[in-house]
Amino acid sequence: MKLTKKSNKGKLLILALLPLILLIVSLCIGRYYVNPQTTFSLLLSNFIPVESIWEPIEELIILKVRLPRVLMALIIGAGLSVSGTAFQSIFGNPLVSPHVLGVSAGAGFGAALGILLSSNVFVIQIMALAFGIGAVMITYLISKRKKASTLFMLVLSGVITGAFFTALISLIKYVADPDDKLPEIVYWLMGSLTGTSINDVIISSPFIIGGMIILVLLRWKINILSLSEEEARSLGIDITKYRLIIIGASTVITAVSVALCGIVGWIGLVIPHVGRMIVGNDHKVLIPASIFLGGFYLLLIDNMSRILTSAEIPLSILTAVIGAPFFAYLLRKTGGRWA
Amino acid sequence: MKFGVVDGTFGYYKNPILFENVNFTIEKSEILTILGPNGVGKTTFLKCMMGFLKWNKGETIIDGKSFYSMSTSDIWKKISYVPQAKATIFPYSVMEMVLMGRNPHLGVLSMPSNQDQKLCEWALEELNIIKLKGKIVSELSGGELQMVLIARALVSEPYILILDEPESNLDIKNQLVILNIIQKLSEEKNITCIINTHYPAHALKISDKTIMFSNNTHHIYGNTKDIVNESNIRKFFEVDSRILELVENKKRLRTIFPIRICKS
Repeated sequence: MKLTKKSNKGKLLILALLPLILLIVSLCIGRYYVNPQTTFSLLLSNFIPVESIWEPIEELIILKVRLPRVLMALIIGAGLSVSGTAFQSIFGNPLVSPHVLGVSAGAGFGAALGILLSSNVFVIQIMALAFGIGAVMITYLISKRKKASTLFMLVLSGVITGAFFTALISLIKYVADPDDKLPEIVYWLMGSLTGTSINDVIISSPFIIGGMIILVLLRWKINILSLSEEEARSLGIDITKYRLIIIGASTVITAVSVALCGIVGWIGLVIPHVGRMIVGNDHKVLIPASIFLGGFYLLLIDNMSRILTSAEIPLSILTAVIGAPFFAYLLRKTGGRWA
Repeated sequence: MKFGVVDGTFGYYKNPILFENVNFTIEKSEILTILGPNGVGKTTFLKCMMGFLKWNKGETIIDGKSFYSMSTSDIWKKISYVPQAKATIFPYSVMEMVLMGRNPHLGVLSMPSNQDQKLCEWALEELNIIKLKGKIVSELSGGELQMVLIARALVSEPYILILDEPESNLDIKNQLVILNIIQKLSEEKNITCIINTHYPAHALKISDKTIMFSNNTHHIYGNTKDIVNESNIRKFFEVDSRILELVENKKRLRTIFPIRICKS
């Protein structure tokens, strides 16, 4: 299949429009429907004076409830997806996800411990963040031998750290009060964006977007990093330095995401492959494509989560239940030979 | 542009020394072949020479300067490496693959320009593989992929090209294609080439100088015509052979015919 540069630019443009359109749609729909015109005026009223044509309740729903949640879904989906793409490349392995170095198990443990000890959301988020980043540091220390750290060692160390923290999560569930704390922990671990406030968006987005900007800036180098170690070095790449930067950026993105909305699986593993099917393997295009697709996908899933049933379905369930059949269809259709 | 190794000595941790005090210097546009039986560490030698592995003793020298005193990007602007062709995990297009060769000339945040694109097309044309331009590397044959990797090495505009068994696993036509390209690059572009090969006949065909390694850390170095002879092939490869000469188009060609395995 031939992929010319022009067609890829067109594809990127369409992919960029998808989340924007969905953003407007998402603000309108829900248990309380608001028509698009009102939604538009409300959004505009933040920047320029607009004649008020809306009810106060509509203003509350759109600006205070839906907007933060919709933005958060876009940002987290984009972040998880682009981290997954970068990880798959630098580990030279299409089966890894951002969780491979133990960040999610660590953050999950931090959150579970936080829920057990306190009911303050801020405490829970900080503990999730600290343990998530701490877990990746432990992984890195385990893998480090004689100043160098091979990818194979890194992945195995990630498996070890992940298993350790997963066991600790089980321990906390085992001792948690089954009437009160246990359901809270279980629900949290499965991922949810319920109750996202504009403050969450303001505090977290600089970290996630910052990480994404680093990956976008280095996107062409990520091509070279996916080659074998010596090939990459012979092309003049300081692989140790670049790997650290990319692992650091992805870890911050993932840890902050888990701290905010729990562990959302699937996106970081599968959305990169959907991107490869659409735009090919050149990370110069694939990295932006992953951002658009990831944001679009998590927003779509979160809409379903809040609209399908009266009790919200956790995100991790939906990402896979909706995504698995779709991905199976794509895989069958392309025979796995995408791009 | 002079390139060489001084007192190159290496052995993997806790294992016996693989090679000891290797010294060589080659000049602009010379071709050096590295010969030896399987398992003597020919590839390891290349890796040490390029700094992928650290010499236990000795150093690699380029124009009188030690590799240890040069930055990575300085080194890889001067030399270029062609690994053995094998499938990549993510199938890039030929153009994307060749463009990666421009990296030593690009800054941390910069990306290949149209100029770089043109240079890649030039390299593909130079190697007669422009027809592969739009293909995906996973669709290529072994010989085609090896040519693409050579194109990638060429676009960094190197003075020295280092190839790791570029013609192994190829049929006889593709072997000739690769050997002819190496000769052409050395003659027309004055590129110094260092190749690692299993075939003494290929050393006779294209190289000026040869290093031959044996299993007992012993090695010899010199002009190819002095090194690749019947007695050294017996000593280093344990094979009785005859050097044959024939004249074709008024050119004297030499090759080597292996006769039998000799008892050591």
